[in-house]
Amino acid sequence: MIESPLVRWAALLGIASYLALAFATIDVNWTRVSEGVVRAARLFESFISPNFTSRWSDIQQGTIESLTMTVTATVAGVLLAVPIGLGAARNLAPWWVYGICRGVIAASRALQDIIVAIFFVAMFGFGPFAGFLTLTVSTIGFLSKLLADDIEEIDPGQVEAIRATGAGFWQVIDFAVASQVIPRLIGLTAYKVDINFRESSVIGIVGAGGIGATLNTALDRYEFDTAGAILLIIIGIVMACEYGAGAIRKRFA
Amino acid sequence: MPTTRTATGKTSGWRFKTWRRTRLEWLGWLALVALTVLCWRVMTAGTIWSFVEDAPRQAADLFGRMLPPRWDYANSLWRPLWDTINMATLGTAIAIVVATSLAFLAARNTTPSMLVLRPLALFVIVASRSVNALVWGLLLVAVLGPGVLAGIIAIALRSIGFIGKLLYEAIEEIDEMQVEAIRATGASPAQVITYGIVPQILPAFATISVFRWDINIRESTVLGLVGAGGLGLALETSLNTLAWPQVSVILLMILATVVFSEWLTAKVRKGIL
Repeated sequence: MIESPLVRWAALLGIASYLALAFATIDVNWTRVSEGVVRAARLFESFISPNFTSRWSDIQQGTIESLTMTVTATVAGVLLAVPIGLGAARNLAPWWVYGICRGVIAASRALQDIIVAIFFVAMFGFGPFAGFLTLTVSTIGFLSKLLADDIEEIDPGQVEAIRATGAGFWQVIDFAVASQVIPRLIGLTAYKVDINFRESSVIGIVGAGGIGATLNTALDRYEFDTAGAILLIIIGIVMACEYGAGAIRKRFA
Repeated sequence: MPTTRTATGKTSGWRFKTWRRTRLEWLGWLALVALTVLCWRVMTAGTIWSFVEDAPRQAADLFGRMLPPRWDYANSLWRPLWDTINMATLGTAIAIVVATSLAFLAARNTTPSMLVLRPLALFVIVASRSVNALVWGLLLVAVLGPGVLAGIIAIALRSIGFIGKLLYEAIEEIDEMQVEAIRATGASPAQVITYGIVPQILPAFATISVFRWDINIRESTVLGLVGAGGLGLALETSLNTLAWPQVSVILLMILATVVFSEWLTAKVRKGIL
């Protein structure tokens, strides 16, 4: 792959020395790991016989929180992401609007969802409301960036044609821009629903509600059979979301 | 071209959509609004609104505590940073090795058995993708105890599905003519893979791996929140002791790491393509 043998050997040497250094600096508590093997067996066993019943009300509440969070946050996120995305497209917005909107996008993408969740939990208290805000921010960052990038790549001929008929700004948006980007926007939104549900199963770990909180509690109590049941529910819903999103994207994109 | 009749019986010209389609679309929107309102009501049933109203004050208070950052704390973050990079890199490396073999088992045109191995490989890929790295982290910390090892394996388990899926799709899309040509020379199955398939998927393979490494850097910075070592662990400790000036230093460090990895992957990707 690499032409010069000198560079090739240097690269190999570099990789080898990195690996040696990395392995040397990992401290692993091997006695703890060997205990872990027994636990892994227990964990696996409880996956085969998941226990849905003994914590069912907690599981149910967590699932409902996750699902409602996903829906409301996606809707709120799309409502906010569309205007921001329009503003962040260089071919539509004046430079100062462009600057502000790109700033908002960069800020909402800067930190991982779970860190954003930590802050929202600190500000708004525990519970799904903080999770809703987290997922909304994450939806804005994801959708408005991709929407803006899409709008910047549209066919300018159609915009020109509509503008030549004497259309105003909103008419240009409606007839020349929207028709070109909406199929992809629908596809991306479906994809984001899927991602939001996955995230909603995680941000509960820091107190933002949802099924992640239930899972965290179950693992803290070493109730592996309940944890297995929760994981099966997560995997089931994620797969349903993924196939649903895939079907919608095939239809529109 | 659908036209509509008014009450007087005259045709009123061309319409973009039929009445039926318009009505259905309105119903769809109505259902969406109803669903959202319902979800909102259910979700906020337990919300304490006085906490929400209090949020601006809490936010101001929080940022007041975080500033100024305790800069000298950065010196004790080099080791967690190194751990974070190791978790991402070694996890990606393990995942690449496992996912490559899985991808060959899962791809329709290379799998040795359509009935047993392909569904099995697809199941592993789907299961690995469905569970977030942080959830894998939770499980592995419960099993192996806290530490970098749990983080490495969590990253690897999550990445196997990602790399495996993209790679097997790449394998399914290769040009069969080249494989045929190699096979026609009397090459063994191993030689067909080396000379017929690998050269075609190598660019995709490199891009996928680098892309996943970038995501893994992002994920490994927060994996410590569940006890898996690295910068996230330092963050967790500082949060638990309410050491907000340290939290801001850690966040800046995480941000810098993520930006650096994005820059690096962009460079590498340009070099590959």
